[in-house]
Amino acid sequence: MALDSKIPSGPLGEKWSRYKSSVKLVNPANKKKIDIIVIGTGLAGASAAASLGELGYKVKAFCFQDSARRAHSIAAQGGINAAKNYRNDGDSVYRLFYDTIKGGDYRSREGNVHRLAEVSVNIIDQCVAQGVPFAREYSGLLDNRSFGGVQVSRTFYARGQTGQQLLLGAYSALNRQVKEKSVELFTRHEMVEVVIENGKARGVIVRDLVTGEIQRHAAHAVVLATGGYGNVFFLSTNAMGCNTTAIWKAHKKGAFFGNPCFTQIHPTCIPVHGEYQSKLTLMSESLRNDGRVWVSKSKGDKRKPQDIPEEERDYYLERKYPSFGNLVPRDIASRAAKEACDDGRGVGETGMAVYLDFADAIKKYGKDTISARYGNLFEMYEKITGEDPYTTPMMIYPAVHYTMGGLWVDYNLMTNVPGMYATGECNFSDHGANRLGASALMQGLADGYFVLPYTIGDYLSGEILTGKIKTDSTAFDEAEKNVRAQIERLMNIKGTKSVDYYHRKLGKVMWDKCGMARNATGLSEAIEEIKKIKTEFWSDVKIPGTANELNPELEKAIRVADFIELGELMCLDALHREESCGGHFRTEFQTPDGEALRNDDKFAYVGAWEYKGENQPQELHKEELVFESVHLTQRSYK
Amino acid sequence: MRLTLKVWRQKNKSDKGGFETYQLNNVDTHASFLEMMDVLNEQLVNENKIPVAFDHDCREGICGACSMVINGRPHGPLKGTTTCQLHMRHFHDGETVTIEPFRANAFPVLKDLVVDRSSFERIQQAGGYISVGTGAAPEANNIPVNKVDAEKAFDAAACIGCGACVAACKNGSAMLFVGAKVSQYALLPQGHPERNERVLNMVAVMDEEGFGGCTNTGACEAECPKEISVANIMRLNREYISAKLSVEKE
Repeated sequence: MALDSKIPSGPLGEKWSRYKSSVKLVNPANKKKIDIIVIGTGLAGASAAASLGELGYKVKAFCFQDSARRAHSIAAQGGINAAKNYRNDGDSVYRLFYDTIKGGDYRSREGNVHRLAEVSVNIIDQCVAQGVPFAREYSGLLDNRSFGGVQVSRTFYARGQTGQQLLLGAYSALNRQVKEKSVELFTRHEMVEVVIENGKARGVIVRDLVTGEIQRHAAHAVVLATGGYGNVFFLSTNAMGCNTTAIWKAHKKGAFFGNPCFTQIHPTCIPVHGEYQSKLTLMSESLRNDGRVWVSKSKGDKRKPQDIPEEERDYYLERKYPSFGNLVPRDIASRAAKEACDDGRGVGETGMAVYLDFADAIKKYGKDTISARYGNLFEMYEKITGEDPYTTPMMIYPAVHYTMGGLWVDYNLMTNVPGMYATGECNFSDHGANRLGASALMQGLADGYFVLPYTIGDYLSGEILTGKIKTDSTAFDEAEKNVRAQIERLMNIKGTKSVDYYHRKLGKVMWDKCGMARNATGLSEAIEEIKKIKTEFWSDVKIPGTANELNPELEKAIRVADFIELGELMCLDALHREESCGGHFRTEFQTPDGEALRNDDKFAYVGAWEYKGENQPQELHKEELVFESVHLTQRSYK
Repeated sequence: MRLTLKVWRQKNKSDKGGFETYQLNNVDTHASFLEMMDVLNEQLVNENKIPVAFDHDCREGICGACSMVINGRPHGPLKGTTTCQLHMRHFHDGETVTIEPFRANAFPVLKDLVVDRSSFERIQQAGGYISVGTGAAPEANNIPVNKVDAEKAFDAAACIGCGACVAACKNGSAMLFVGAKVSQYALLPQGHPERNERVLNMVAVMDEEGFGGCTNTGACEAECPKEISVANIMRLNREYISAKLSVEKE
């Protein structure tokens, strides 16, 4: 099946404006007759729901938390990129586009990424107008800072909680539409199935998480904005509730999954402390501006860091990558940390950590300066570990953080299923094989505020005479029946092991064999192990309570069932992609000095997987990536 | 270490509820409070009992979901710390820890430690926004914002909407929560055109929802995990009085 990305023709810099001038519109009187469902209320979902409501569509928005403001977008720390060039340092739309394409290791679409850079400037305007309290200079104008490995200062921020403030901006816009009654908001409701009728997405089946009630909701279009699937690894920087269920159900109903193995591992997170660990906490990338990463030169060295003299320390990033040192990109830093720990030189009780040491920076700049730069981060670290980074080195270890993969979408952000859209982290499109810092926030808001409201009109212009979609059709009956059957089956297994037991087991296989360093043997083994976990789960999981009440164990079970299937697809995708690029590192495909070896001749495409049925191998479709504007180069940081 | 946990259990909204006592051995001091609850729940599932339901999500102190009253204090004993950021090294071997939901007239209990905070949502929907549609925004730097005001607006905007202030207050007042949002927009020029309507509408809904009045106790600020200042209540009062006096009646 041919994948049509629907990128408009014409010069790169004009594609989006030409598109906007010629896209089909829905006139205001007709918008009132059209229903849209938005699943997820993070940056992408809240901005989309609010914008579509303002336009006059009738919107229903759903989130599983008790408030739309608790989506995991809230936790983003660093900042949001935009090509405003306020610093007069040479930034431009083209430069932001180029940095993003190159950072993605040339595995994303030029057209989509250039558009992202173009609308980035509008995002800042919108957020400021909403009252987002960005950092300001004394002039009263917006402040900027630099971010990892980029040569211009283009990141706008609100201290260390830019994500929270941007989300609250979108949430406030959403609230206004709720008051205006253009958006109906369903909190503590989780989507558990999509409804496809005559090949089009026509609605969803949703579970009320308080009462267990199964509900039908119909619409002319469904927008998924449900975030990343990092929790397939069990331990990640994601929130506990983050899951893949919405996009996985869409995938099983026909939406292709793009590049599922492209997952991002962030090098500086607080290491695992014990068996009970429930998630990993991110320490901002900015710390690597002043901290020095090191381990002992000898294996099994259990001495306290203060007792290890300079000559016996291996500042391995500085040693291996002289020109970038501690500021190498995330994928490089993560792999180097793993290498040191696998070599038996890791630190801490578990040996799965490396030091990030501020002693030299404190000696050079003084404690006050370091405190002004990182105070809140040091406080956060001490709350969690009980250790003081001013007097002893921080311990850090890489952790799963972001997923570049997701549902395949075209230029309109529509999946290959008509009427089903995917926005924000849950789609595959803009970040290729590696996402740059401060660009996730940019993408979520770009999709929701400035892309979808235009592109969705193109499809909906064909729906103005359809009339209200009915929920009493065969398609809805079938979908609801299947949901009830799945829930009943889960509740009746009454086995011996908890849901978390299986989630942990899956996570360990994924981390060990589909994590930072992958190889054919490990991936094939992982696929077999995951198949076994699936069988065991469906015969031995134990879920207490009933389905008709608030039941967190049942909620987790539905999500873990989908993670198990996704895990298998990720390993399959990683196995077939015989090259290393961005966050996907195959040990068999590396340069002589251990760097990722891309194979542009054979793998410059998006791997879009089609679900073929229970226990059937998935079918691969390829969208060949065409680069008209940029020249593909090998990344080097020496 | 070993702990005795007295946990509030309640089957649903209409159930009367009561305390259950559990023994937990081998609690790791490095574990977070919620990880300790996970261990309790794993134990309960293995014993074929119903695990304790509680709200949680980010486990890093920013989403505002977690909401436990621990030994009588919302979010537990530490200053500026959410339930999920609290770690077991702050408890002693053999201690009895009492765990309850955030209690308030406007926060009905749904189950065990899970409460319904939708009253907060209705307050926000009444006016916690600036009425600018997508695409209508002027160039970001057109309106400079005094740096000191910008910092104060940020301090107010740091509220995570957890409701600890309400749970801490003997009157169950939401003045700190409403004050924080009203302050953020009052300190920014973008918020000025709708300043009066905003505060009047939000306070009206706050009152309708059954929150109590403010009697200047200050427990809210003391318990707030983000250390939001009662100066925001002062600002709220000032905005409210100013609005009452300025709004022209037909």
